[in-house]
Amino acid sequence: MKEFQIKKSTKKYDAIIVGSGAGGGMTGYVLANAGLNVLMLEAGPFFDPIIDSHQLKWPWESPRRGASNIRPFGDFDAAYGGWELDGEPYTKTDKTEFEWFRARMLGGRTNHWGRISLRMGPNDFKGKSYDGQTDDWPISYDDVKPYYDKVDRLIGVYGSKEGMESEPDGIFLTPPKPRLTELFIMDGAKKAGVKVLPGRGSVLTEKLPGNEDRGVCFFCGQCGRSCKVYADFSSSSCLVIPAIRSGNLEVISNAMVREVLTDKDGKATAVSYVDKGDMQEYQVEGRIIVLAASACESARILLNSKSNNHPNGLANSSGIIGKYLHDSTGVSMTGFLPQLMDRKRYNEDGVGSVHIYSPWWLDNKKLDFPRGYHIEYWGGLGMPSYGFGMNTPVLNGMVPDRQGNRKEAGGYGKSLKDDYRRFYGTEIGLAGRGMAIAREDNYCEIDPQVVDKYGIPVLRFHYKWSDAELKQAKHMQETFAEMLDAMGAIGTSQAKGPEEQYGLLKPGEIIHEVGTVRMGDDPKTSALNKWNQAHDCKNLFVVDGAPFVQQGDKNPTWTILALSMRTAEYILEERKKQNLS
Amino acid sequence: MNRRDTLKALGLTAIGSTVLLNSCTTDSKTSKKIGKEDLKEAPGREAFELERINRLNSEVFFDKHEMATLTILVDIIIPKDDVSGSATDAGVPDFIEFIVKDLPGHKLPMRGGLKWLDMQCLRQFNNTFKDCTESQQIELIDEIAYPNKAKPEMAQGVAFFTRLRDLTASGFYTSKIGIEDIGYKGNTPNRWEGVPAEEIIKYKL
Repeated sequence: MKEFQIKKSTKKYDAIIVGSGAGGGMTGYVLANAGLNVLMLEAGPFFDPIIDSHQLKWPWESPRRGASNIRPFGDFDAAYGGWELDGEPYTKTDKTEFEWFRARMLGGRTNHWGRISLRMGPNDFKGKSYDGQTDDWPISYDDVKPYYDKVDRLIGVYGSKEGMESEPDGIFLTPPKPRLTELFIMDGAKKAGVKVLPGRGSVLTEKLPGNEDRGVCFFCGQCGRSCKVYADFSSSSCLVIPAIRSGNLEVISNAMVREVLTDKDGKATAVSYVDKGDMQEYQVEGRIIVLAASACESARILLNSKSNNHPNGLANSSGIIGKYLHDSTGVSMTGFLPQLMDRKRYNEDGVGSVHIYSPWWLDNKKLDFPRGYHIEYWGGLGMPSYGFGMNTPVLNGMVPDRQGNRKEAGGYGKSLKDDYRRFYGTEIGLAGRGMAIAREDNYCEIDPQVVDKYGIPVLRFHYKWSDAELKQAKHMQETFAEMLDAMGAIGTSQAKGPEEQYGLLKPGEIIHEVGTVRMGDDPKTSALNKWNQAHDCKNLFVVDGAPFVQQGDKNPTWTILALSMRTAEYILEERKKQNLS
Repeated sequence: MNRRDTLKALGLTAIGSTVLLNSCTTDSKTSKKIGKEDLKEAPGREAFELERINRLNSEVFFDKHEMATLTILVDIIIPKDDVSGSATDAGVPDFIEFIVKDLPGHKLPMRGGLKWLDMQCLRQFNNTFKDCTESQQIELIDEIAYPNKAKPEMAQGVAFFTRLRDLTASGFYTSKIGIEDIGYKGNTPNRWEGVPAEEIIKYKL
């Protein structure tokens, strides 16, 4: 046997899906349950929350006490990976910034996400028709609504019916009640004229009708660790593992995909990958190829899949792949509620998604920036972790002590120990998540000089925030300061000026990046048609965040689930008509 | 999934529970070496994570003198009181030894800060910090424990003490003793029914 050769499998699958997150999981679930023979390739290890979740562990069970130096969201967080992966670099150009989060594991980022499950509204799909500021999708809310409904029923989401056009209602389970800090936030919001609604999250606060495989939430507040009883949505527990049980879906884990191979007619025939275990090259054949590797990774695979028929990369005759990359904006402010000092202790862990949130409540036509944001809130008697009490020696100088005297900030000893108790559970945070405009000049492309440890050319990013995002960030800071004041909180974060982009996080840091293989009716300005099918290659589909034309201020996962389900059903229909072979 | 299955999945029924919980534990207090054969048996961790902890546990950073000084300092920051034990009772010095290796940005400021402290004490009291009297130790700490009123020439000491105070709080309140002290009641299956009625009345909500 030669030391280095490509191993080709003899089996031909009905479909090969690259990636096992929300889009790949849903597509695999629908196709496998319809009887197709499906192979799923995942770049990371197998992950089943019932075995692998760190749910209900205590901080002392982590030697670093939950610190976030290895896992960016803390040592018990479910995501394997982060913004930096050993041996898998990415680069940036023109001194711009982009942070690329990659979770390499079965289920991908859905194992740790915030479970905030919002539908995009009618204007989010038709921004150009509304005011010309953003591009239209080739589909409308009415096209997607039946799939949002089906996703709600299949996976489960809590929320409340509100009848807001921009924040379409779903089929809801009971939302969790607000915590004490959240009642104060609601009070402050009301005074500041900010709307607050019960949260919307994919956590089973009650039994999901018709589903016997998933447990009901027992309110530990640890969705980020993934749920051992499958009471929240992870693609691993709710889609991929059930699809495996159907007998029609196989998963190859630790399979790092290099490219999609095509035949002389330009049709997709196979996927080549590196097995991270033995570092050998493999090829698997499929009649239909579905990419769901994440917006940027799917763009990377397509751009790296060059052939005579597809010299710019597969499905890229338009040259559009990689362009229109956009992530949500993010701005946060923190404070503490002095009226809650020495508060009573009780278990208020609640759910691990949001109990309340603020949908965008203003009219942009009366503001100096074109698109809005929603607000997420945190606070309360949470489980201590690395970093606990860091603010106490600062806060104790801001309020009178037990005897009513001014206290010097800092300290030590019994008096400081008493302060740690007094301030516990008083801190709160407000985090805005806004709509960023998809722009052609924010993009990823293949770096002509750099490869990763598998020899695969890497992505190079170019991303700049524009005036629309900066003014929105400024508005967030002003609103948060007003709200903190109105609820009687003392702010603990400084408002940032224009030199610090009003506190706007770097693009990529909110981990809502989408738009890199966008859909559209015109093959010159889009890579996919309205069914997520490549204009240039009819048996190739992309079902992650890449097809988004323009995301709203809403977290993208629920829309990825709805659109991938819609695509999977389209694949079944087209296959029946023999349009894909 | 019914309630019994739910509890079983959590490892809260008698059968199988200890096996599941033990196999999930990467408790550093036992300082058990995790060998290659154990890697497969540690769910939810990538091999490199376990190898890193194993490697860090085999290294020693603070020398005896530094460790003795740290032990005195953390108990000045969090002493025993009527509610709970001291920082050393909660194993804070061992935690600090681990965390400076895990977050190596702490190494130099901690080592240098301890040295700074000893030099101040030698100058003022002709002894290292650890060999000063308790009242001398407190006299020095008073000069670096209050950032807003500390003298400018004490600024480096303030930076050191602030860092150490944060690490001490992190180590203490993430220990069993500290969690009981602070009164965190969660991390256990329950049903969230909203804020208790008496709280709504108390805060006039």
